[in-house]
Amino acid sequence: MTLLPTPVAAFGYLLAAICFIVAIKGLASPRTARRGNLIGAAGAALALAVVLLSTEFAGANLAIVLVTIAAGAVVSVPVARRVAITDMPQLVAIFNGIGGGAAALIGLIELTQHEVLGVQGDAMAGTAIATGIAIGSLTLVGSLVTFLKLQGWMTARPVVLPGAPVLFGAAVIGTIAGAAVVAATGQVWWGVVVLVVAGALGVLLVLPVGGADVPIVISLLNATTGLAIIGTGWAVDNVLLLVAGTLIGAAGTMLTLAMARGMGRSVSGILFGALRGSSTAGSTQASDRPVRSATPEDVAVALGYARRVVVVPGYGLAVAQAQHVVAELVDALRERGVDAVYGIHPVAGRMPGHMNVLLAEANVGYELLVEAGEVNPTMPSTDVVVVVGANDVVNPAARTEPSAPIYGMPIIDAEAAGQVFFLKRSMRPGFAGIENELLYSAKTQVLFGDAKDSLAAVHAALKTV
Amino acid sequence: MDAMTTLTLLVLAGFVGAEVVSKVTSRLHTPLMSGTNAISGVVLIGAIAAMAGTTNPLLVVLGTLAVLLATINLVGGFVVTDRMLEMFSRPQGRRGGDE
Repeated sequence: MTLLPTPVAAFGYLLAAICFIVAIKGLASPRTARRGNLIGAAGAALALAVVLLSTEFAGANLAIVLVTIAAGAVVSVPVARRVAITDMPQLVAIFNGIGGGAAALIGLIELTQHEVLGVQGDAMAGTAIATGIAIGSLTLVGSLVTFLKLQGWMTARPVVLPGAPVLFGAAVIGTIAGAAVVAATGQVWWGVVVLVVAGALGVLLVLPVGGADVPIVISLLNATTGLAIIGTGWAVDNVLLLVAGTLIGAAGTMLTLAMARGMGRSVSGILFGALRGSSTAGSTQASDRPVRSATPEDVAVALGYARRVVVVPGYGLAVAQAQHVVAELVDALRERGVDAVYGIHPVAGRMPGHMNVLLAEANVGYELLVEAGEVNPTMPSTDVVVVVGANDVVNPAARTEPSAPIYGMPIIDAEAAGQVFFLKRSMRPGFAGIENELLYSAKTQVLFGDAKDSLAAVHAALKTV
Repeated sequence: MDAMTTLTLLVLAGFVGAEVVSKVTSRLHTPLMSGTNAISGVVLIGAIAAMAGTTNPLLVVLGTLAVLLATINLVGGFVVTDRMLEMFSRPQGRRGGDE
């Protein structure tokens, strides 16, 4: 006996599905985003209540489930609350990956139960289960590789194994063939084979993706989780999972395309560009070409007597946790009557919107954050551009060098301003691993050092000029 | 549910999913990715449904692991998304003192 009759449970799932649609719609607009997220959480809580009250549990399973859910919440809340803002993309990748892992495990459980009950051979159910296992495993392993890349535990450069296209093709065919055997026979061990081969496919898919493209692949793997959930929903015959999985798959696909478009890249170019042997030019070696270096006083004088200043922040600002210091400097300039604003590149940092989040943390008003498309026309009348810990997003190679990995990406046109200061720790190239000709331009000077220290020194020097 | 009903449901839900995110500012790309990721944690109910009726110890262990992973995805996903969005929605305008 269960507490909820089936029609009531079905109605509860319908309400949860509506919550998810409203949640995703809310998340897509700045005004309603936070409320949208809470509505999504409410939908998930409702779905959880419905499944607990409408399912018959054998033995001590209900107690096990409740304790495990409590344990999962205890583990995840502190991690999610304390993670540094720079590490959020990795955390999302991990969360997404383990969600896929859960879908793969559910597939194996269903497969075993079908074998025990002797109901193998239902091709529809078998296909659903095989989909859950294959896509879930691919998502789990692929997400782990993106985590390693973003965390810096392995190189962020594209990695192309010898014979990669052949291996990749073999893994695709192996996964599909294995899934077909699972669908036809329902044998558990073939499910394990699919799990392993699809995991290898996940590695082969993500390894050749380099640098700034990694967040787009996280988004793609987010969409594939949706597919895995469709497989799960089909296998356990749950309408809410079918709807939620499809919503996530469709919204995730649109989002992935939008992110790729924002960087002037194509999804197939991101995934397979390195395999085709194109666009991996560049090096992570520090260049030994001469640059003109500047002192904090040089920068302070140029800024203090400028009419218009654009600060272009990048990942270095996030790493140095310099968002408060840069906001103080810009405030000081504005108090002096300098028209100082931030030029925000949509993909500066390690995730789209990274800089908005970071500067919002320092209470910088939206009106000072000017998007690339709006700031570029004002560049010729801008006296000074200060590039803080950014590189690729101001690299003119995106316009002039067809062989560069970032070719075609919209950039902030710092080159057009009167004077450019780079605040950098070293001469190492940016995430994309390519030289930035702007560094060697006659109008450019570099202030070496940690962004936080450099900005504080410039701010101090500004008081004396 | 028969195959045709399922297919109808999937196609309609797919159109809804694509439509609701069709015009989203790049600033919200990451929270939106994180939020949809959190929703994918609802696979938790699949994990519960799959393990509920079994007494096979191996399946209970696998199911418990699936419940744990899905819960971390679900709860952690919503919390981290809320944190991202909290940073967006701080009071605008002049900066106050640092906390």
